[in-house]
Amino acid sequence: MVEDFIPPPGEGYCFILTFEYTLPYSEHPRRGKESAEQRLTSGVGARVAPPQRESARGLLGFVVRARVCSLAGPAQTASDSAGKVAGACGTRGVGPGAGPGQGWGRARAAGLLPLLLGQLLALTGGGGAFYLEVSELEEKCFIQEIPDGTVVIGNYKTELYDPAMEKYQPSPQWINLFVFVKDPENKNLLARQYGPRGSFTFTSQSPGEHQICLHLESIRFALFYDGKLAIHLDMQLGEHTNDYTELAANDKLTLLHLRIQQLVEQVEKIQKEQEYQRWREERFRQTSESTNQRVLWWFILQTFILVATGIWQMQHLKSFFKAKKLV
Amino acid sequence: MGSVASRSARALPLMLLLLLLQAERPRGAELTFELPDNAKQCFHEDVEQGVKFSLDYQVITGGHYDVDCYVEDPLGNTIYRETKKQYDSFTHQAEVKGVYQFCFSNEFSTFSHKTVYFDFQVGDEPPILPDMGNRVTALTQMESTCVTIHEALKTVIDSQTHYRLREAQDRARAEDLNSRVSYWSVGETIALFVVSFSQVLLLKSFFTEKRPVSRMVHS
Repeated sequence: MVEDFIPPPGEGYCFILTFEYTLPYSEHPRRGKESAEQRLTSGVGARVAPPQRESARGLLGFVVRARVCSLAGPAQTASDSAGKVAGACGTRGVGPGAGPGQGWGRARAAGLLPLLLGQLLALTGGGGAFYLEVSELEEKCFIQEIPDGTVVIGNYKTELYDPAMEKYQPSPQWINLFVFVKDPENKNLLARQYGPRGSFTFTSQSPGEHQICLHLESIRFALFYDGKLAIHLDMQLGEHTNDYTELAANDKLTLLHLRIQQLVEQVEKIQKEQEYQRWREERFRQTSESTNQRVLWWFILQTFILVATGIWQMQHLKSFFKAKKLV
Repeated sequence: MGSVASRSARALPLMLLLLLLQAERPRGAELTFELPDNAKQCFHEDVEQGVKFSLDYQVITGGHYDVDCYVEDPLGNTIYRETKKQYDSFTHQAEVKGVYQFCFSNEFSTFSHKTVYFDFQVGDEPPILPDMGNRVTALTQMESTCVTIHEALKTVIDSQTHYRLREAQDRARAEDLNSRVSYWSVGETIALFVVSFSQVLLLKSFFTEKRPVSRMVHS
């Protein structure tokens, strides 16, 4: 269950931060969860979802949704939570303090704050990216061709056209965005309803073309005039660690270190794309070979059918003419 | 908790600096979407004055792999218009601040819907640390090498994207061919049977018509 936040007008913004934690299997998941709940609920008022799934290495991961508010908003500081957080969705990794008896060790509030403000920028700074005009219930679909295990984060903001002021104003709360994500096998990865602004995220399970469809719906009041709506959309693939400042501040890296780090990330991105390319090429080759096979078999079959039909025709006509006493 | 407070205090000025640089933050979006036949899809972007933006687009599937594209500035002037292009790249320096609009149109096609990929970049890439723009000293050799490698890797990533699009195009065509071969084979087999049966029936009918005629003559 995710709590929808309502940003107070003119004041700060509150976000839902979603990050994953893994604990070693030796630490009992329930015990770990209990201690997490105790610590987190006392601090920030977050909710801990039950353990979601097991990762391949046998670590139990669970998703924490913490409500964290920015500086200008209600006075609540970031949660004290261990675990590595990178990007809005978080990577899976053993927390710095994880281990028997340490569980929820060091706080990473300083790590969360730049993330927060990054989100703040993404949502307020000029819309973040381009926008497209839609009318209510009009579905817009986008295709993303991604390898498996990629995290896709879509930051969006919706606006309603105000004919009196002749410009777009932020949408009221009763306009919701419906997001449907289908994976290459037409399985639903995500089918959810979101508020007028925020972000949606999903992880691809299989490589290929994913279809992301959005449409807006007003859930309470009808749009009286032919309302024009605008969706500002910004989709990011993978975990964008653009917060080099955070790295610099926390790990005390020099500028050269940061540059090399950036290069390393770029190379990793290229590597991942090349692996995906190898999978795609294999699929292409399978399709071509299947076409080749099909053409071969059908050719043989059709020649056979042709000959057989010809023989049948001859025999049938011969017997027919014999019966007619013409032959 | 004390260490947390000090850490957040340290991160704060950097964050404020980042906030201040908000106006120059580069934005970019690459998306693939489907354009139904006789449809037009427009995207809008708010651009500051003097900022350079670029638009790359490519048609991945559909028909003759071509699409119309035009870009309009906030005053309504068309700064770029091309018809029936398969792929193109367009850069422009924004003279007017406001909302720029770029549209893809498939209105000339009656039954083929297209899949279009576009990549819209606004602004330049920022330095990795906000205060790097104020450097007065020249870059060291190591740093300039890093910059060169970074630019080269960006080119590699770009060409990987284009390669991926081309491959998607070819794969779509190959899969289309595969399914067409199946349908055509089944259709041809059916046609073969139909033709051979009707040939026989027709021939038989030539030789059976005479009987009713001869009967009528006799009576």
